[in-house]
Amino acid sequence: MQYDHILIRYGEMALKGKNIKQFIIRLQENIQAKLKDYPNVKVKRTQGRMFVLLHGEDPKPIMDKLQKIFGIHSLSLAIKVDNDLEKIKEAALYALKENNNVQTFKMTVKRINKDFPVRSQELTQILGGHLLKNTEDIHVNVHQPDLEVKVEIRLEATYITSSVIPGLGGLPVGTSGKSLLLLSGGIDSPVAGYLAMKRGVQLEAIHFHSPPFTSERAKQKVLDLAKQLTKYGKAIKIHIVPFTKLQQEIFREMPDEYAMTIMRRMMFRISERVCEQESILSLTTGENLGQVASQTMESMHAINEVTNYPIIRPLVAMDKQEVITISQEIGTYETSILPYEDCCTIFVPKSPKTKPKRVKINYYESTHDFTATLEEAIENIEIVTVYDKKDIEESFSDLF
Amino acid sequence: MIYLDNSATTKPHPSVLESFQQVSSTYFANPSSIHQLGGTAEKLLLTAKKQAADILGIGVDEVIFTSGGTEGNNTAVKGIALEHQGRGKHIITSSIEHPSIYEACQSLETLGFEVTYLPVDKNGVVSVTELEKAIRNDTILISIMHVNNETGSIQPIEKIGKIAKNYPKLFFHVDAVQSIGKVPLQLKNSGIDICTFSGHKIHGLKGTGMLYINNRTKLFPLLHGGNQEYSLRSGTENLAGSVSFVKALRMMKEREKNEMNHLLNMKSYLYDALKAMDGVEVNTAEHAAAHIINMSVPGIKPEVIIHMLGEQEIYISTKSACSSKLKDESKVLAACGFGRDRTTTALRVSLSYDNTMEEMKLFVQALKKAIKQFKEAME
Repeated sequence: MQYDHILIRYGEMALKGKNIKQFIIRLQENIQAKLKDYPNVKVKRTQGRMFVLLHGEDPKPIMDKLQKIFGIHSLSLAIKVDNDLEKIKEAALYALKENNNVQTFKMTVKRINKDFPVRSQELTQILGGHLLKNTEDIHVNVHQPDLEVKVEIRLEATYITSSVIPGLGGLPVGTSGKSLLLLSGGIDSPVAGYLAMKRGVQLEAIHFHSPPFTSERAKQKVLDLAKQLTKYGKAIKIHIVPFTKLQQEIFREMPDEYAMTIMRRMMFRISERVCEQESILSLTTGENLGQVASQTMESMHAINEVTNYPIIRPLVAMDKQEVITISQEIGTYETSILPYEDCCTIFVPKSPKTKPKRVKINYYESTHDFTATLEEAIENIEIVTVYDKKDIEESFSDLF
Repeated sequence: MIYLDNSATTKPHPSVLESFQQVSSTYFANPSSIHQLGGTAEKLLLTAKKQAADILGIGVDEVIFTSGGTEGNNTAVKGIALEHQGRGKHIITSSIEHPSIYEACQSLETLGFEVTYLPVDKNGVVSVTELEKAIRNDTILISIMHVNNETGSIQPIEKIGKIAKNYPKLFFHVDAVQSIGKVPLQLKNSGIDICTFSGHKIHGLKGTGMLYINNRTKLFPLLHGGNQEYSLRSGTENLAGSVSFVKALRMMKEREKNEMNHLLNMKSYLYDALKAMDGVEVNTAEHAAAHIINMSVPGIKPEVIIHMLGEQEIYISTKSACSSKLKDESKVLAACGFGRDRTTTALRVSLSYDNTMEEMKLFVQALKKAIKQFKEAME
């Protein structure tokens, strides 16, 4: 006896109307893409549910992967047996024993196939009795059971499931279009990207790199963070902007206390241009109200002036601790806290304005023409794509 | 040469040596150095960890590279004891552990810790019921080996792990030095908190090894210093050694998958032939690991047979290499309940995937002849 398939229940998208099919097909594609290393495994859609047919593969790593796919409400390992009472008994017992730390259970029977000779009520008693006889110290509790063993007798076969494992919820990545994530290397931006993906967004990312002040390691850190995010979605294209020259020009030409705000405005200008080139309709940032100088209401007001693209700020109302908790859960925290300088930390003005004003900034910006340097930065953007697969860097590959 | 002492150490695989040499000469920088060369070394170290984590199905931050089995076992036992002595000072282990566990436990006893050494049955296996009975409110560590180095007996790690899960206050350490790549062991969600591996038992190099330390486990490091390996093991990383270890691990795991039948065939041939041989008593139980067979030839000093076979370039050993210089009886066999006639005359044959059936046949013939020669000479 072994589990032979995984039952997938849909998340919020089950509430969709006529366009539900698009969501389901996208989810199926996303699942297939994540499981392509398992050629025997098949993903099947049926009425209101999806099945992953294991065909002998070990369910554990597959469950792990499914638990990282948005759009899945919950998962259950299931056994398919013939409509035969003895086989159903055996499978129900297996499903109970496979779960650790169970003290109480509830037996639920659905008899959709009315030709099955034993009626649900009676079958519940037979199966419940069978489980009690063959286990020790496990009791029935119909109100708050540790585990519900479900038996569903359908026309073609009987399905037995037990524990329900929660999925990530949300919407399948790709159903809400694309957004450009401003990825810095800190704790916040990867979490913002993750939360945008949760709402079905497919990400591209942009990173501002200031060599030689920021190192290859700082850039690698950003690629590593993006790679971690691909575990929850698709491959991510990262636009790496050579920012050194523009940054130096800003700090040379602009008043010290406004340099930081103006630098942010430049980042948004460049980001918007990348969006235009890539047909992306929004930006996503890890901005959070009141956290640091650049993220006061006044500062957001000043920075936001340069773009009318929608800016998704999933963290805007979160506490720092909430953000850290998510970053730990999604595996970006350890990378985020690596102590490499990024472009925002190398030139820190002595006293940045926490309440910058649009009028003043526009005046200062009008005193110097940044166009040439800005265009040069955009011209020389380097594009790197990271994938959700193990890739050993080529120069290392023969070492392993 | 017929080398049948693979539980003492194995011959390094040529491609493992190649990796070691290549890393030593190309990526020699200190991974902690800030410059570019250091950055590359650090990246390589992380790649090695990712590879190891993938192979073993664990997290990247759960991989700690060490110098081998003895360091791993000492770090686990003393590290848990020192870190969690406030919770309790009781440790449970078995009476057949490798000296690096056994002696570490005895040293802790001199510091005021209490240790329960669980007995084993005649098959060399600890009783899960006895183990659970031994757990007390102040127990902080259970340390049980997966496969015994002298007899090849397999301990019920999966069952012990399930029990350990019910006692969140204690930690469960497994010494998997003899089993990795030869007897399957699941790490994730198994109740195992710490697990020791060694490189030179899997055709890797001496001085290399790894500890699995899961995320919930905190331990007091044996080595303090530059905070390498998440501060659990300071000291400039042995990058070349670590990369070569991971390579050996990968190859071993592949052979486990593809060549297990070969190992089982050799073992079952040996097992039957030795059982049937006059004057030989097989000490290894039938359901033991596929690569170790322990036997006794009562009446003949084991050294004599080792040297007689050695002259023909056939290499086997007496008990474990780490304790074989002591003249006394095998503690492990004594714990299994064998009499002195067997515990003082034990020999160990340990296989690797590299051995061949032809070698098994030659060894059996040579052993038969040696015993006969000796008995004739004594008559």
